[in-house]
Formats: sequence, structure tokens, C-alpha cells
Amino acid sequence: MSDNVTKVFNWVNHRLPIQNTYERHLSKHPVPKKVNFWYLFGALAAVVLIIQIVSGIWLIMLYTPGEAAFSSIEYMMRDVDYGWAIRYMHTTGASMFFAVVYLHMFRGLLYGSYQKPKELVWIFGCTIYLAMMAEGFLGYVLPYGQMSYWGAQVIISLFGALPYIGESLELWIRGDYYISDITVNRFFALHVVALPLVLIALVFLHLIALHEVGAGNPEGVDIEAYTDEDGVPLDSVPFFPYKVLNALVGIGVFMTVFAIIMFFFPEGGGYFIEYANYEEANPLVTPAHIAPVWYYSPYYSILRAVPDKLGGFAAMGAAVAIFFVVPWLDRSKVASIRYKGILSKIALVMFGMSFLTLGYLGTVSVTEHRKTMGIICTFIYFSYFLLMPVYTSIEKTKPVPDRL
Amino acid sequence: MIGLTSAFGAAGVPFAATPFIASWNPSAKAKAAGAPVKVDVTKIDPGQQITVGWRKQPVFVIRHSQEAINNLESNIAKLADPNSEAIDEPYRNMNPTRSKSPEYTVLVGVCTHLGCSPKFFPEVEPQSWDASWSGGYFCPCHGSMFDLVGRVFKGVPAPTNMKVPPHNFNGNILTIGEDEEMS
Repeated sequence: MSDNVTKVFNWVNHRLPIQNTYERHLSKHPVPKKVNFWYLFGALAAVVLIIQIVSGIWLIMLYTPGEAAFSSIEYMMRDVDYGWAIRYMHTTGASMFFAVVYLHMFRGLLYGSYQKPKELVWIFGCTIYLAMMAEGFLGYVLPYGQMSYWGAQVIISLFGALPYIGESLELWIRGDYYISDITVNRFFALHVVALPLVLIALVFLHLIALHEVGAGNPEGVDIEAYTDEDGVPLDSVPFFPYKVLNALVGIGVFMTVFAIIMFFFPEGGGYFIEYANYEEANPLVTPAHIAPVWYYSPYYSILRAVPDKLGGFAAMGAAVAIFFVVPWLDRSKVASIRYKGILSKIALVMFGMSFLTLGYLGTVSVTEHRKTMGIICTFIYFSYFLLMPVYTSIEKTKPVPDRL
Repeated sequence: MIGLTSAFGAAGVPFAATPFIASWNPSAKAKAAGAPVKVDVTKIDPGQQITVGWRKQPVFVIRHSQEAINNLESNIAKLADPNSEAIDEPYRNMNPTRSKSPEYTVLVGVCTHLGCSPKFFPEVEPQSWDASWSGGYFCPCHGSMFDLVGRVFKGVPAPTNMKVPPHNFNGNILTIGEDEEMS
């Protein structure tokens, strides 16, 4: 019996590199033996991606794009058994996706996870973030509620800020003179087919590039420097089973939090699903208070901080784009914040606070005072990046230990 | 052979891309749905504004009081483009109302910043966004301000004045979206 199993396995293995892949990426893939909880969010992001794909497939079975979009949401919420659960799973997943990705990115800034040779891992990650932002925006338009409509109106109008081609580009994206069923249909196609394919491809590249250069650690120690006679780093453990089983604990905690939100606070106080979106889109009336969902609000604040149409759009774009060049802005000899100097620490804290403040400001209405706050925080946000080559090269760093 | 094949392939790219790009343009059906609308403007009281849907866009029709019209000039220092020079103004220099009527203003009720629909605050009273507010439009999205005839203020994100749609007054009836004299 077992002989036959081995025969079948060998037959397949000669035609498909199962054993090779298993060893290379799982059972013999070395990862640092000591990391902290910050190293969990990548795995959690993968978990949420799977939740989004599965709940998304089920949502497609219940949702009708176009003119019937809004009523199909009400239909799945009221008339379909557990339809509400599928929808809340997807909306909670959207917010959780951004939550874990923001923490994952912050980990990168904290421990220099973009430094040589991990530049491409970082760039693929930034591209994933960009694709996620587009994916989230397209998805938010699909219910065709008031916030879907006016949120899309604002975002599509951003392209109108581009000189010369702006207005016709806007019309081309909408395919109509307003955000109509034509627009919703194409956004549906992009949201459920095109961008998920792009996202999955990017996640694949992110992981392949990561496995090529090896995972980092909070000390910023290069574990490749000390290896045994087989070339395996001394301070490493195999990814499977050690890290996988370890991550399961974190995933368990995360899923519990996820379930609590999904079952008890799916609207997240109006931050995860905005209340105005329970009203069908009305092209004639803008809601009195329009704000993006929380995960876009820092950028929305940056947009509002610049009193110029094209300038605001450019600042917002630059705020996202600047992440891509971080590997070349950081001139520090050390990776981890633990061994960086005081300037880097202050800069990171200031950046974190400005990001959170911008996030808050983006969810509330504009007043004179808040506008000033927004301008100050936008300034700090960009200073963190633009001054990075200066403060990382002049500060005194601590010596990094040889071993983990 | 390699060069020829590459050139042949490259020449094919724009052809192959054409249907994918062109199908995103507004369809014939979308283009057709833009018929003019008619409103009886005498039903609007002086100082009042109504919103009319035209091409699924809000159109504001405001009937000004004489006092408000007299007041328009007092605000000029705050305005970025008081004579609507930066935009294609259809009824330039006809009336201070920017329309074909000395009493009514007709505006596409869309903020020229990012397309929200500004709110009408006709009263002359201090507002949280402007302590010396003398009536006009305030956009809730990004705080752009316009006066009572849709002219944009300085220092706000909206770059230009609100647009005036083609229109025509025929007795009590205002037609939005069509003007025989223009075409």
C-alpha cells in the first residue's frame, strides 16, 4: 500500500517539483529564531486576503451590479439566510485588511525591513498597498449608497485636476456624465476580477522576493553571517513547523477580534460602514458631512490641507508614492530602530502621531483650526521622509550585535 | 526576422488596445439622456433657491432679492475671478446674476473642486467657515466658498466659478440645457 503511495508520489514529483518546493519554501526555509509580535501582521494580511476572496465570491452570488445594486444589498441583508454575515465578513475584512497592512508597514519602518537587499520586497509591498487602495475604493462604490456615490464623485473628480486631459479622462472613467449604472458595472468587473488577479500576483512576487533574501528580525542582525556546515544560519529555525504553528496562535486571537467586530460592531461606529451609505445614491444632494472610510482619511486630510485642486491631488499622490523610495532615503548603517539614534526615534514618533492626527482630521468637517492642524501634520508627514537622508546619516548609531 | 516580427507585434498593440479603451467611452444611450428641463420660476420666492435635476446633475435656480443683488459688489475683494474670465462664461456681461435674467441665477450645482454639491447659505451672518459671511454657497466636502451667483472665493480649493448652463427664459418658464439663441 505505502509502496503504491510512494510510487504515485514519485511519479508526480518527477513531473511537478512538489518536494523541492515544500523544502525550499517550508520545511527547510530558514527564518530568524527570535522575532516579536510585529512580525505577525504579514501572515494576518494573508489570512484576510483569503477571507476577502471567499466572502467576495459568495457576495457576487447575491449582488446585482447596475441599477439594482442598492436593492440587492438590502435583499442580501434581509432576505438571504446569513446574507448579512457574508456581507459583514467582507466589510469587516476590508477594514481589518488595512489595519493589519498599516501595522505591517509600520513594522517595516520600525525595523528597517526595506534596507538592502530587501528593496524589492518593500516595493512589491507598496504596490500591494496601492492596489488595495484601488480595490477598496471600487468596492465601496458598488452598494450605490450616498457615500458610494459622493465618494466616487470626489475620487473620480481628482483625475479632472490633471491638466489638458483631466475632463475627458473623468468622462472616460465614468462612461457617463454622472456615476451611473455604467460606472458601477465597470467598477464591479475591476473589483471582482481585474484587481484581485493583480493583488494575488503581487502577493506571490512579494513572497518569492522575501524568500530569496530572507526574513528580517527586530535586531537587524544578518543571520546569514553565521551558518553551520550545511550553510543553514545558526540563529534560524525552519519556517515549517516552527513559524507556522507559532503564527496560528496569533491568527486565533485575530480571528476572535474579527468575529467580535463582525457580529457586534460591523459598522464600527460609522467608521467601517458609513451611515449615509444606507441611503440610496442621490445625484442631486451631497450629504452634509462627507468623509472617507477611516483607512483613507489621512490622505484625504492631506488633500484638504492644500488649497489648490491640482496641488491637493499631487500632495495626496506624493504621500502614497513616497513610500516607494524609502529604501533610498534611509542612509543609516543599522536597520532596527533599537540601534538607530535619537533623531530617527523622534522622527518615527512624530510621523506616527501626524499620521493618526491626519486620520482623525479626515473624518471630521473642516474648520479654521482643524485646517491649520492638517497643514502642520502634512508638513510633519513629508518631513519624516524628506529629512530621512539627513537625520539617518548624521545621528550616532549603536553597535549591532553579531548574533540574534 | 526578429526586427520585423517585433515591429509587426508592436504595430498591433494599439489596434488590439482600441476596443478595450474605446468601450469605456460614454455609450450612445448615455449621450442621449440629456434632454432639457423646464421649470416655472415664479414659484420661487425672492431669496429662495430650488434644485433641478438636469443630466442627473443638480442645477441651482436662485431668485435674488433686490438687496442681495445690490450686495453682490461689496464682496468683490474676496472673489478669485469676479468677472468669470477663467471659464467659458455663456452670458458674459449681460447681468450681475450671470444669467439671462436680472433676477435669477442658474448654476450647475457642482463644486468645481471635486464635484460635491455645495450647500446654500443665503443669510448674511457669521458662519464657522467665514466670520464675515454675506450669503452664498459652502461646499461641505472641502470647504470651498462661492457667492450668491456662484463666484469662487480666494484661498479655497475650488479653482473656478461654478458653471452656468445654457438656459433660456420664456415668460415664467425657464428651460435648462438649451438656448436657441446660442446654437
